Amino acid sequence: MKLKKWAIMALSIVTAVSLAACSSDKGASTDAKGVGFKEKIEKRGKFIAGVKFDSNLFGFKDPADQTVKGFEVDLMKEFTKRTFGDVNMLELKEVTSKTREKMLTSGEIDVIAATMTITPKRKETADFSRVYFLAGQALLVKKGSPIKDVKDLNGKQVGTAKGAVSGKNLKAINKDAVVKEYSNYAEAFQALRGGIIDAVTTDDGILAGMAKQDPNYEVVGNRFSKEPYGVAVDKKNKDLLEAMNKFLDDTIKDGTYNQLYKKWFGQDAPKDLPRDAVLELQPGVDG
Amino acid sequence: MNWDFGFIQEYRTEFIDGFFLTLKVSLTALILSLIIGTIIAIFRISSNKALRAFGTSYVEFFRNTPLMVQVFFFYFGLASIGYKLTDFWIGVLGLSIYTAAFIAEIIRAGIQTVPHGQTEAARASGLSFLQTMFHVVLPQAFKLVVPPMCNQFINLVKNSSILSVIAAQDILYVGEQAISEYDPFSVELFVAALYLIITIPLSQGVNLLERRWAKQGTR
Repeated sequence: MKLKKWAIMALSIVTAVSLAACSSDKGASTDAKGVGFKEKIEKRGKFIAGVKFDSNLFGFKDPADQTVKGFEVDLMKEFTKRTFGDVNMLELKEVTSKTREKMLTSGEIDVIAATMTITPKRKETADFSRVYFLAGQALLVKKGSPIKDVKDLNGKQVGTAKGAVSGKNLKAINKDAVVKEYSNYAEAFQALRGGIIDAVTTDDGILAGMAKQDPNYEVVGNRFSKEPYGVAVDKKNKDLLEAMNKFLDDTIKDGTYNQLYKKWFGQDAPKDLPRDAVLELQPGVDG
Repeated sequence: MNWDFGFIQEYRTEFIDGFFLTLKVSLTALILSLIIGTIIAIFRISSNKALRAFGTSYVEFFRNTPLMVQVFFFYFGLASIGYKLTDFWIGVLGLSIYTAAFIAEIIRAGIQTVPHGQTEAARASGLSFLQTMFHVVLPQAFKLVVPPMCNQFINLVKNSSILSVIAAQDILYVGEQAISEYDPFSVELFVAALYLIITIPLSQGVNLLERRWAKQGTR
């Protein structure tokens, strides 16, 4: 008898608690809707951007002084400064092509600014800002290599990074190329320098960064894809997406964008940067 | 959770190739590590000081450094001095040398449980050191160390996933390709199942062997 009483009491407590939890849950979610990302981030005191640590010129951890620098890093710094008034609120987290989407959806990072090509498939899992860089896939080879274009890659080993679209693109254009996917671009480049593979393929911007690191290597071949980069934002944070778009438009208008572009790529930013674009393969280009 | 196994169809041939690469690398490394491990174990208990020192350094070095570091060392290191091995042999080499350090210790422990009187008796009856080892000591030692050895072999199969970091297309490598497009949980579950297909028969086989040897022992 006593036991039964206890059981009923326990059961009612559990029910009450779970009901309360339910209702408070609901309250929280409406709250979250009301509170914008800006307040949320200011409360947290950190705006967390996922950037590359291995892609020279975009996001690269300099072994000399251990700081992360690059075009995308500067853009994120400028965004933090303009939006929150304090550049120190920016926290940079390393992402790779493989990890970045999961880190964004899990809330580990607020945005991805990591040489991320906008594709229809990726648009399903995240929202993208306007295009801030237009890259094209190319090849990096040792100077004097017989490889001059994609058609020279039959039976050749070509390195790239896991999770990137580059491997698939290459296969779509030349199915006789042997694609080897490494954990990141630094390892792919090291494999090229060690003579283990014959070429590295990915966006020309990243490849230019590698060629700058070691002048024995050069970017060759026509660009065989059009790869627009966008800042990825979780689908829940529409207001953050809006702020990011406004920021990019503003910087392009007031010349800050061009200034940063020039700082990293040594030339003026292209005038005809599209606002919206997705990955395009151009298998027809130059055979 | 939204399970989605559509990737199996798309990556079918890759998974089959990956499965056999993992299997072949594992089996080759298993045999090689057993051979290297036995040699190192004999070094470790030999009366020759130099051999003993070599055996000890081998075990301490390879047992106490990460496998990934060793594999990267072979992969990039050998290439930089002009030796180009295939991914298969880099994997076999890295895994055998690493696993052999553990196996050597297991075999050494096994040898030490064989009563010393037997060695003395064998030597007294005119057998050489190596003959004593191969005809008297090792057959008994091997039977004793079957369970811990089995653990090492299972570890070896799982460690073979290191192949994916040198871009060799093993089970995990194909899985990682699939993950970039499909539900990660479904892919990981499938990858785990493929490893189980190799490891479960391995442990069952060793169990069977153990039972058979145990029966022989009581006869």
